[in-house]
Amino acid sequence: MRQLPWIPIALISAMVIMAVFAPLLTSHSPIEQSLATRLVPPAWDERGSAEHLLGTDHFGRDVFARLVYGARISLIVVVLSLLAGGGVGLLLGIVSGYVGGRLDSFLMRLVDAAFTFPAILFALLLAVTMGQGLNTLIIAISLLLWANFARVIRGEVLALKQRDFIALAKVHGCSPARIMAIHVLPNVMNTFMVLVTLNIGVVIVAEASLSFLGAGVPPPTPTWGLMVAEGRGRITSAWWLTLIPGIAITLVVLAFNLFGDWLRDRLDPKLRQL
Amino acid sequence: MGRFVFQRLIQSIIMVVLVATFVFFLGRLTGNPVDLILPEDSTPEDRVEMIKTLGLDRPIHEQFLIFAANALRGDLGTSIRFHEPAVELFFSRLPNTLYLSVPAMLVAVLMAVPLGVISALRRGGLIDKLSGTIAVLGIATPNFWLGILLIFVFSVQLGWLPSGRMGGLANYVLPSITLGTFLVAGFMRLIRSSMLEILDSEFVKLARIKGLSETTVIWKHCLRNALIPVLTLWGVFMAGLVTGAIVTETVFAWPGIGRLTYEAVIYRDFPLLQAVIIMAAVMIVFINLIVDILYAYVDPRIRFD
Repeated sequence: MRQLPWIPIALISAMVIMAVFAPLLTSHSPIEQSLATRLVPPAWDERGSAEHLLGTDHFGRDVFARLVYGARISLIVVVLSLLAGGGVGLLLGIVSGYVGGRLDSFLMRLVDAAFTFPAILFALLLAVTMGQGLNTLIIAISLLLWANFARVIRGEVLALKQRDFIALAKVHGCSPARIMAIHVLPNVMNTFMVLVTLNIGVVIVAEASLSFLGAGVPPPTPTWGLMVAEGRGRITSAWWLTLIPGIAITLVVLAFNLFGDWLRDRLDPKLRQL
Repeated sequence: MGRFVFQRLIQSIIMVVLVATFVFFLGRLTGNPVDLILPEDSTPEDRVEMIKTLGLDRPIHEQFLIFAANALRGDLGTSIRFHEPAVELFFSRLPNTLYLSVPAMLVAVLMAVPLGVISALRRGGLIDKLSGTIAVLGIATPNFWLGILLIFVFSVQLGWLPSGRMGGLANYVLPSITLGTFLVAGFMRLIRSSMLEILDSEFVKLARIKGLSETTVIWKHCLRNALIPVLTLWGVFMAGLVTGAIVTETVFAWPGIGRLTYEAVIYRDFPLLQAVIIMAAVMIVFINLIVDILYAYVDPRIRFD
């Protein structure tokens, strides 16, 4: 157990605790404005106050409260978009690899196309046509994720297909659907879990970037990307508005990536090329 | 070769048609596009008028034919915000993005190639660990945040460099670094892993046995072959470049296509966004087509695969 990546685990736990226990960690509301306490610097600054640990923004909202509630949004987006995008990728990967033939070449063309076309453009388009919101964001980020999942899982399935137990199942009269569900799926779950962990960082960065571009969850809901975007214009006078959420993003993504690398080496070293 | 080019050309056209069709139907299926096109303070009469002029009261397949016919003539609608044909706007901003992409690519190559090569040579050494850290940090730092950080340090605190907009050479420094580093991590990892593979191959051993100097072996024989996978992944890097450009140009108020895309989003300028996406698809697809053809020309294995 000595080799467990303790620092990443600590950071990830901190984020999850923030997200889950947000109302217990701060008495301030993340969206209520208070013009009397606008732009208060963090507590360690001489003009700061102990009341607002990380200061307040231009609407007088507590930065720590927004950070804590923002973690919640990030985690919701991570879970839902990995379920949706990763799930679709997993399904297509299994079907494509197992069924093969024309369907496989068609799906893999689609995957190639998805890799060369910047998914962010579709994400922005969705935000404009469907309107900003959590659903739009989840669909947009899923569009970004599915292709990588489908490609890697398909590769795994191609190798699995050659194994004896699959041939035996066939001889035994199992339908293709049954083989895929009962014999193939459990055997790609390890790879799937590694992909999920490695993509958590991707989702957080995507969510933050889309929020920054005005295509994420709409204000006043606090998200880290939106906090960076809103504070950007005040970087000369109120640096804490952008730097604090930015550092939070980097640390969390870094932690998830390091944890993902560790998990990959543990569960599935042959995926090292990912 | 002719057959290969023809096949790839057909594929490229199909891809552009697919993107355009997708964009068209997305705009129609999620409500009446009139609501996306009209300004918010317009009257119901304006709405009826607009539906008529745009032919939105006709059946959807007819609308699609009109859209396709217009698109083929290079007409992708008029921007709501700028009151100009969207395609013209795209082309007027395109050069600015290209001016930024060239130094950014240069930054990416100048950082990624030496770091990738050296970390492969000295595996586990200080530079390998350092560049590994840079790669991990680079992936964990969103592009927009890096840009803002650079502005904070070099423009606000130190006052050395301008924080944005086009202008003299100094204006290029921070945006090109921001856009360039977006590509560095991926580039570097790829070069490192393919260098490791090649260092192990027979022809490298032969080159060494022949008594060639280590510099020649590494920088000429190995690197040349190590760059092949980088070229094959060119399309993926292009996609990254477009994504990076949208964010970087937004942070630095750089008047290119990326910034135009951002403006289309925040002003809910659907015709403009639609045009930008279709034009971007055309560009990406055809640049990839050209790269593929050049590549097949250089490497016969691809042609016959």
